[in-house]
Amino acid sequence: MKTKSNIERILESGQLVVTSECGPPRGADAEVIKKKGKLLQGVVDAVNVTDNQTSVVRMSSLSACLILKEMGFDPILQMVCRDRNRIAIQSDILGAAALGINNILCLTGDHQKFGDHPKAKNVFDMDSIQMIHTVKTMRDEGKFLGGEEIKGKPILFIGAAENPFADPFEIRAARLGKKAKAGVQFLQTQCIYNMARFEKWMEMVRDRGLHERVGILAGVTPFKSVGMARYMKNSVPGMDVPDEMIERLKGVAKEKQSEEGIRICVETIQKLKQIPGVRGIHIMAIEWEEKVREIAEAAGLLPRPELA
Amino acid sequence: MIVANRKTLEEILTMLKPYKKILLLGCNECVTVCATGGEREVGVLASEIKLSRAKEGQEIEVREQTLERQCDHEYIDQVRPFVGDYEAILSIACGAGIQYVAEKYRNKVVLPGVNTTFLGVTLEQGVWSERCQGCGECVLHLTGGVCPIARCAKSLLNGPCGGSSNGKCEVDKELECAWQLIVDRLKELNQMDKYEEIIPIKDWTTSRDGGPRKRIREDLRL
Repeated sequence: MKTKSNIERILESGQLVVTSECGPPRGADAEVIKKKGKLLQGVVDAVNVTDNQTSVVRMSSLSACLILKEMGFDPILQMVCRDRNRIAIQSDILGAAALGINNILCLTGDHQKFGDHPKAKNVFDMDSIQMIHTVKTMRDEGKFLGGEEIKGKPILFIGAAENPFADPFEIRAARLGKKAKAGVQFLQTQCIYNMARFEKWMEMVRDRGLHERVGILAGVTPFKSVGMARYMKNSVPGMDVPDEMIERLKGVAKEKQSEEGIRICVETIQKLKQIPGVRGIHIMAIEWEEKVREIAEAAGLLPRPELA
Repeated sequence: MIVANRKTLEEILTMLKPYKKILLLGCNECVTVCATGGEREVGVLASEIKLSRAKEGQEIEVREQTLERQCDHEYIDQVRPFVGDYEAILSIACGAGIQYVAEKYRNKVVLPGVNTTFLGVTLEQGVWSERCQGCGECVLHLTGGVCPIARCAKSLLNGPCGGSSNGKCEVDKELECAWQLIVDRLKELNQMDKYEEIIPIKDWTTSRDGGPRKRIREDLRL
């Protein structure tokens, strides 16, 4: 089933895909999203819109997707299993497709413990792999999970995330294999700082031939400061920041650290572009969207392909 | 066993404020094993209550009684001859026991002295750990004998989330990642092929989501 997704079309053309992300605001002000969007215009092929990331309440992903869609973007609706049961998930899938959203990213979701409502009840009626299967069933078979026929199939390009730096490492490629079996078409990875481990993971992915079935976009996040690098190393679950990165940032003057962070990010992208099976780059500049253009430019990712 | 934690003395005293004569009921089953609601704990709690109330000049009479079980009516019936002498019953059995006592003595106020927490095992003296949520459809044959429903913070059926690190869960560095345990066990059993199979979306009707559960064995009914 062909979708109208830019990611699908660029993957098919054999060119590198570039994506970035927009975190919706903690309020109802659409201007915040529009402002972030403007910074990404002409820089990315599609833009992720996070779904209450780190379990902090924000404007809904679907609403922010629509605001970006109206600005000419191809948004990627992120959807987590934490807050919705299968009724709400299927309903939101239909709603997203009806609003012209072309991409969905199926995620487990951070535990609510990390957010601003740790006393909430979580849902996890399904997991991310089952969510991939749900979207595929709805789109390709035109059926709800309950078996009833859907009138008006949701035509969405299906994505997921994977963290090559989480444990147990030996099943991380197998886990992608399960996602591929469930129907995933593109994958964005957790931020890559430990290149050796990422290369090892890619090798395991290639051994299974998964790079040919799934468009793998390698994730990067620039450091703003050594403080941020330390925080990510010590406090963000599943993040692998090698000591030499911290040392490198520590080695430059405080006011030059953000520049150094950008430089590390650009070098990382250049290395990632050389790895067989990497089909794109996902630049997550957290609350630093104004730097995405500079990074993409310096990494030779611009201009983006024109799509009819 | 069913594991419970005693409520704080302060909470218990607040509940008991209006009463001068209470019946304190323990249970000889699970709550005895997890050292929360057995005969010993009944004795300790009764002393604590009486002492605190005496300090406030609000004397209270506490009758101590520990039943064989609070989840079977023949044992609950044992207090019927004297239950009328007390204004309220404070039960330190599990939630099932507390409710069954309340069902049997409809005109008595029944107060919970414990918080019932989980179905678990004794890891070592004084340490208990959750193992089962009673979801009604066991998958332990697929997951190396480790339950992802009860032991994964997100009840994931197809592998660990991105927050599993060095064998620990993202929720708490002291908590073991259930999927690390599952993968370790599958490897030991030479069953890693089981990990490759997708476990389909779960039918939750057998769990609490299907409404309160009841089991009837016709062959055993009188």
